[in-house]
Amino acid sequence: MNGSLAILNGRIVDPTAGTVTNGGILVRDRRIAAVGLFECPSDVSVIDAGGAHIAPGLIDLGVFSIDLKAFTAGGITRAVLMPDQSPPLDHAALVQRAAAAGKPDLWIHPLAAATKGLAGAEMAEMGLMKAGGACGVATGRRWIADAGVMYRILCYAKALDMVVISHAEDGGLTAGAVATEGEYATRMGLSAAPAIAEAMAVARDIMLAEQSGARLHFRQLTTKRAFDLVRDAKRRGLPVSCGISPAHLLLSDIAVGGFRTFARLSPPLRSEDDRQAALDALADGTIDLLCSSHDPLGPEAKRLPFADADPGMSGAETLLSLSLALVRDGRIGLSRLIELLSAAPARLLDLPGGSMTVGAEADLILFDPDKPWRISSDAMASHAGNTPFDGLPVQGKVLRTIKGGVALG
Amino acid sequence: MSHSFPHRHLTGIYGLLPHEILFLLDEAEQWIALNRATSKHDDRLSGLTLINAFFENSTRTLLSFEIAGKRLGADVVNMQVGASSVKKGETLIDTAMTLNAMRADMIVIRHQSSGAVQLIADKVDCPVLNAGDGRHEHPTQALLDALTIRRRKGRIAGLVVAICGDILHSRVARSNILALTTLGAEVRVIAPPTLMPAAIDRMGAVHFSDFDAGLDGADVVMMLRLQNERMDGAYLPSPREFHALYGLTPERLERAAPDALVMHPGPMNRGVEITSSVADHPTRSAITEQVEMGVAVRMACLDVLTRKRRGVEGWA
Repeated sequence: MNGSLAILNGRIVDPTAGTVTNGGILVRDRRIAAVGLFECPSDVSVIDAGGAHIAPGLIDLGVFSIDLKAFTAGGITRAVLMPDQSPPLDHAALVQRAAAAGKPDLWIHPLAAATKGLAGAEMAEMGLMKAGGACGVATGRRWIADAGVMYRILCYAKALDMVVISHAEDGGLTAGAVATEGEYATRMGLSAAPAIAEAMAVARDIMLAEQSGARLHFRQLTTKRAFDLVRDAKRRGLPVSCGISPAHLLLSDIAVGGFRTFARLSPPLRSEDDRQAALDALADGTIDLLCSSHDPLGPEAKRLPFADADPGMSGAETLLSLSLALVRDGRIGLSRLIELLSAAPARLLDLPGGSMTVGAEADLILFDPDKPWRISSDAMASHAGNTPFDGLPVQGKVLRTIKGGVALG
Repeated sequence: MSHSFPHRHLTGIYGLLPHEILFLLDEAEQWIALNRATSKHDDRLSGLTLINAFFENSTRTLLSFEIAGKRLGADVVNMQVGASSVKKGETLIDTAMTLNAMRADMIVIRHQSSGAVQLIADKVDCPVLNAGDGRHEHPTQALLDALTIRRRKGRIAGLVVAICGDILHSRVARSNILALTTLGAEVRVIAPPTLMPAAIDRMGAVHFSDFDAGLDGADVVMMLRLQNERMDGAYLPSPREFHALYGLTPERLERAAPDALVMHPGPMNRGVEITSSVADHPTRSAITEQVEMGVAVRMACLDVLTRKRRGVEGWA
């Protein structure tokens, strides 16, 4: 077989060309051999897409767990793993081990911890970890409070040509906080930090990135003032980018009402005004990519009082389905959405995939953008069903995930 | 079936309608007389087991619930669990399921985390009463305060109530804002800016950082306890400065209405948020009366919440 496969009768979403056209894909030796209309050879196995969309496999930048079933269900063929593992990925051997963890069904691209033990103090061996397969450097779940440490990390990463991925929340303001300051946090009696904690961190990190010349990516930005800063940095030509999860585009802090710990996220859900600003930033290109922040947490971490629960949501298998709402609402086009979910993270981290051109890795998904289904915490493929979207009817589902020309699941 | 209090639990004042709050206050009135009689006993909860599960240290509230349960004839069991022993392993839900399996007929819970009581209420079969969860709600305190005010002032609607002190960390403040605004009072909250929660106006209260301005013409002055650990420089420079700016002294009280009522949920830090001469004022202070009303209000809540279970006509 050698991964020889023809997918026929589909609609090809090409995120680079920005087009959606009828046709098929021919795969040989794990790579795309033909796109569009071609003579189907007799020696290949055939998948009839039956009119479904064919797109590059999704690349999820910043997952906290290697969760193969969830990734396959969500159409994710490459997952960029946060260094927040146990133990933290602050050593080349750990990076190497993580990089091999998903093969052959899934490629894990680990991020190197910027500091030893992710403690935010001493630099970790970024160069050796890069050689071990790290695709970038990350500060982890937390912001690095010491500007001197962050500056040196950026300078060092710049020399290694590694992107630095930062978590943008000023640690002084957010100490002990579990929600965004506002009416809901006040009513519920939750410890809260003002939303500017994010913009403060972004402002400092952009200045340090400018000074050092390093490439800087904010894994998730969620507030108007932070988007304003990134927009301005881009206008000035700085290599600064940012991502966001569908949860922050679709939910505001109202969702934490009733102390729903599944809606306890990091960064926390924001006000409706900030959510609207995020939608604007998505439409105008300030936001560079979408990510799930996949973090499956079982009842031992979530069935607790709100402030005692861990933040995070299981998002991999709903990443595309939830994001498709943005297309239906007319915020972005379908090929742009696929770009945000595949080509953009591939470009940012210089990863293979995210492309529908001949010669590219045959990481593909088949999806039906209209298929209705209902998200259910109890019926998820993931390790855990901690989704704030439990019970939500959605449209659009991944039908097949194909990794290197091999159909999974 | 509709009746006067269609709620299974009492987890907060939030969500209660004015007539439901007034119903609980009316029910409490009958117990005041009983509590003042020589024989303070009623058998209506006979045979029922009341568990007071306190995950946070408390003396007076626990005692108040224990007395309330015993005066109504319930078998009262107190469980005082320090926060540390819970941290040793068993989760809150496991503890709740244990109490449930012991066939409690009513569980009263105090916990240091906001929302913890709701979490338990969703899992157990019996009515749950919130005796304070984090900085979220403390509904029986708000009810006893409303009852105290109503008895002293004859009404609640139209009164100006000033709540002063650490609003940020106070569940008493939140429940009182909800209860008193629902009943038609004008509520002001007064606190140093570091102890004032954001968007408190959205809960229906008007906020002040100037104590004198907030007190102006108030009919009721409700002081809150200031936790000692808040005064070590993190939220406030010192107890001395807090007293100078936000302590209720006889001179300060002059700013309020001539017959203003002084209240405090206790325990008091005498000399910090309130001076003794104000706290012990023979006519103005209602602080000991609040404690008395607390027992009556808790008796009313225990009675009302167990009516369905007891098969009381019209409730079952």
